[in-house]
Amino acid sequence: MKAKSYESFMKGVFMLSAMVAILAIILICFFIFAGGVPFIAKYGLMEFLLGTQWKPSNNPPSYGILPMIMGSVYVTIGAIILGVPIGILTATYLSKFCNKRLYKILKPCLNLMAGIPSIVYGFFALTIIVPIMKDIFGGTGMSIATASILLGIMILPTIIGMSEASLNAVPGSYYEGSVALGATHERTVMSVLLPAARSGILSSVILGIGRAIGETMAVILVAGNQARMPKGLFKGVRTMTTNIVLEMAYAADAHREALIATAVVLFIFILIINGLFMILKRRKAN
Amino acid sequence: MSKATRFIIKFSAFLTFGILLFIIAYILLRGVPYLKPSLFEFKYTSDNVSMLPSIITTVLLILLTLVVATPIGVFTGFYLVEYAKKGNKLVEIVRIATETLSGIPSIVFGLFGMLFFVIRLGFQYSLLAGALTAAIMVLPLIIRSTEEALLSVDDSLREASFGLGAGKLRTIFLIVLPVAMPGILSGVILATGRVVGETAALMFTLGTASKIPNALLHSGASGRTLALHMYMLSSEGMHVNESYATGVVLLVIVLLINGLSTFLSNKLTKGR
Repeated sequence: MKAKSYESFMKGVFMLSAMVAILAIILICFFIFAGGVPFIAKYGLMEFLLGTQWKPSNNPPSYGILPMIMGSVYVTIGAIILGVPIGILTATYLSKFCNKRLYKILKPCLNLMAGIPSIVYGFFALTIIVPIMKDIFGGTGMSIATASILLGIMILPTIIGMSEASLNAVPGSYYEGSVALGATHERTVMSVLLPAARSGILSSVILGIGRAIGETMAVILVAGNQARMPKGLFKGVRTMTTNIVLEMAYAADAHREALIATAVVLFIFILIINGLFMILKRRKAN
Repeated sequence: MSKATRFIIKFSAFLTFGILLFIIAYILLRGVPYLKPSLFEFKYTSDNVSMLPSIITTVLLILLTLVVATPIGVFTGFYLVEYAKKGNKLVEIVRIATETLSGIPSIVFGLFGMLFFVIRLGFQYSLLAGALTAAIMVLPLIIRSTEEALLSVDDSLREASFGLGAGKLRTIFLIVLPVAMPGILSGVILATGRVVGETAALMFTLGTASKIPNALLHSGASGRTLALHMYMLSSEGMHVNESYATGVVLLVIVLLINGLSTFLSNKLTKGR
């Protein structure tokens, strides 16, 4: 009898452990929203979201985060334009063009690429990409374009890993059928296998968008961080994430609440992206 | 046509891995010459910008994080794979929760840790606040790898164990767990790598003090990890060479961690 009660006790422990993840997500939502939403309500949702002036030290201060929203959107679009084609094509290479021996070397490299700390990427971009951009386009070299290149590199492992998995999951009969009809290997891959894997590839892009929009410490080193509406591809910009880090250390009262409210907006962006990702994944599973 | 396609695909792969190689080579070449003994002095001063205190802090933080996150993550995996029945509502919710958690940017974790652990629970910038925040962050990773490892264990093993009269717990701990161990370990190691590379989530929970924390909570418990140390150095812009050197140490740690994790997961697939 004793063994029996021990069994059910441990089952309870396992179940409680499983609840921790749920509890964590509830706590995170609660504290972020409770910290930011009252400020948004007081300041006005439209003024906050669409205000083009971020001047916390003015009197009266203005807290419009449209510049940061646009900044995040621009660098993310830039990262997607650069990272997605290269990522998908690299995944195609790994899945369909690469011999086994080389694959055994390249696959761990990909994991390594995902494991390199973002601060190392950021520092690399600061010391290599920024000077190059400065020489070619003038200015400080810290700009939307620089941040986009950096983020484009950083989302590669995410996109490649998932696209490759979905390419591998395409049934072999597709390939055989196409080749039997006389198509070359390349043609088959490009016009049969890639379209067949499109929902997985789309998922990888969505995940990449989430990574790019949430990245902080690397972007902070190369984006320039000016809190004003984006002025051009080669001008500095500030994103939502960097806005929080840059000012949190010294912010107080309403200014601090405004920063937490920035995190609320970021969080909602991420929840939407996550939701899209999950819907796509569930639909694929069915 | 097909030649051009092949070229573009090969070129993209070359670009991806070329960039990776270039980053690693560049950091190593620029950093290794500056790995001076003064960078490893026990006490940090603004002259020697020693990284040893932050290395020790990193190790302490990792240990504490894993002590919290590993049992919870592994037990969750047990529940999801070994206990829950198909179509269980709780499983679905746990899965949505972990998927959402893994998508949240680290800065949001950092803010949450600050608002909850540092301020609401009154931990101040401390080792414990940092470790708990990091534990929530790596939880999905450990749950996922445990799940995958458990699922890869052949059902006949479980059935044989039950058939011999062993209970569920005994089967899990003595039969299933040993077989799934490499997979679980590789997840734990990946979690370690994630903590090593983390900055944004720790900045407002662990703080950025340059000494080794001498307590778990409250005053004196703040510190900085190696990655945070590198951020502080590179954003000041005064110690570029030392930043490279710090980058080298970080890269070497990440290389070791990745190698170990790859080795272990190969072992799992071989054992099947």
